[in-house]
Amino acid sequence: MTADAATPLAVGAEPAGAAERRDARRHLVLLLPALLTLGAFFVYPLLGILVRSVDKNGYTLESYRQVFRTGVYLTVIGLTFRTATIVTLICLLVGYPLAYVLATVRPRLARWLTIIVVLPFLTSIIVRTYAWMVLLGRNGVVNQYLVAAGLTPAPLPLLYNQAGVVIGMTYVLLPFMVLTLASVMQGIDPAFLRAAHSLGASRLQAFRRVFLPLSIPGVAGGALLVFILSLGFYITPALMGGPSDVMIAMLIEREVEFTLNWSFASALGSILLVLTLAAFVVYYRLMRLERLFEGAG
Amino acid sequence: MIGAEGQRVGPGTIALVAVATAGLVFLLAPVLIILIVSFSSGNYLSFPPPGLSLRWYQRFFGTPAWRQSIVVSVQVASLTMVFATVLGLGAALALVRGRFRRKAVVYGVVLSPMIVPTIITAIGLYFFFVKLKATGSILAMAIGHTVLALPVVVIIITATLQGFDLRLELAALSLGASRLGALRRVTVPLIAPGVLSAALFAFLTSFDELLIPLFLSGVEVQTLTVRIWNSLVLEVDPTIAAVSSFLIAVTCAVLGVSALVRRRGDA
Repeated sequence: MTADAATPLAVGAEPAGAAERRDARRHLVLLLPALLTLGAFFVYPLLGILVRSVDKNGYTLESYRQVFRTGVYLTVIGLTFRTATIVTLICLLVGYPLAYVLATVRPRLARWLTIIVVLPFLTSIIVRTYAWMVLLGRNGVVNQYLVAAGLTPAPLPLLYNQAGVVIGMTYVLLPFMVLTLASVMQGIDPAFLRAAHSLGASRLQAFRRVFLPLSIPGVAGGALLVFILSLGFYITPALMGGPSDVMIAMLIEREVEFTLNWSFASALGSILLVLTLAAFVVYYRLMRLERLFEGAG
Repeated sequence: MIGAEGQRVGPGTIALVAVATAGLVFLLAPVLIILIVSFSSGNYLSFPPPGLSLRWYQRFFGTPAWRQSIVVSVQVASLTMVFATVLGLGAALALVRGRFRRKAVVYGVVLSPMIVPTIITAIGLYFFFVKLKATGSILAMAIGHTVLALPVVVIIITATLQGFDLRLELAALSLGASRLGALRRVTVPLIAPGVLSAALFAFLTSFDELLIPLFLSGVEVQTLTVRIWNSLVLEVDPTIAAVSSFLIAVTCAVLGVSALVRRRGDA
């Protein structure tokens, strides 16, 4: 962090220790309201979910046994991981060249291209999902053009199946990948590439031997971020998936709203929460989340 | 570096530009198509629209239920903006300037609502507020959104503070300004653009969010996003294209005003 930038304001005749303690106390007062709010309305409710998952008129692991012994639930967890993996890979394949262009074009053009990435990034997920439902439906825009162009005799099933879910989720998550990758790529000194060229490397060689290895932290960070966010996705799969495309988050919602089995819903929620937090700890050590907003701010 | 520095444009470059262009079209096209379709004069969602009209906007702004949702969304988002900006400003000041142990851990905790699946946060708050019999209130939704907006505010203000030269404040103090005077005359004007932009993004975070109000709102009090959700589950009504365009316009406004404020601040 920026501890080095913080110079104590009051270093008069006081002993350094006392000034430092006073400084620490003053900053704690500034921090406390935010921490108390998060404690009461975020950490405490999450702990409530963890407790509820083992509390069913007395402490029991029954809900967890139910998750891991029932084929349907295991299928849902497997499908969630599969979908998250596919979405992550597609985001990487599309996002890498896009981020490369973003990081290497002239700054003026880069600013405009960044807006194109950031605008959907900041648009409501429900609006973005709706847009794709309009595009991919049986009589949607994409099918109208495919049929008119003679590329397919009948409308393709693009919505209410896994294809729809993957397209919709890729759309929502691609900006996360592009912004993460671009922030790492912008930090790569062009002098390295010039050095490679001057030493006789072709453009492809310079890319493969110099640029690509240096961009790997961005690849890892972006992939991890997209994967974490995919695991907990609800809105897009709920609207764009078919009856069999159930992901963990949808299962949790159903248990809360319809089955009213809160203990079981909490067990599923706890599993998702622990998986996500574990991935976040890895991501946090690797990357700085705030880089995402450098383009947005 | 594409095509720059007098390098020849090879097939690799052409492929790269093609893939990147496809990616950009993929990102922008759905937003543009919704904007265009919202002005359609037709009864169905077809593209290109058979003609242009404002009928779906008339339907949107003319329906009391939709209008009421705008009011609810604005109320929740305004409260969120105030809460998150006040809390986030304090937290960002402490995180940038304070010296205490475990700072990275505290920062990680403050950012974590961005990462924890919103459905989990929403359900946790639902259980919490059901016990307090407080679901269906504007305040409960605003509190939920404050949790989600706090990381956004802290990130933006932290970035502003890191670009702020602390020596300016020290100079004011050494020239005889009181601590409060230095804060008011030097620090506040310099970080104000960042704080304002953080506040706008907090507003937007709340305005766009669906899951917290989906669980916490009652039958009477529904945000715009919840009403979109409820109409979508029933049918893909063209009115929603107009509502969606309205939300996109709010996003553009926030982006534009934020950029404007920032530029003023730099000048």
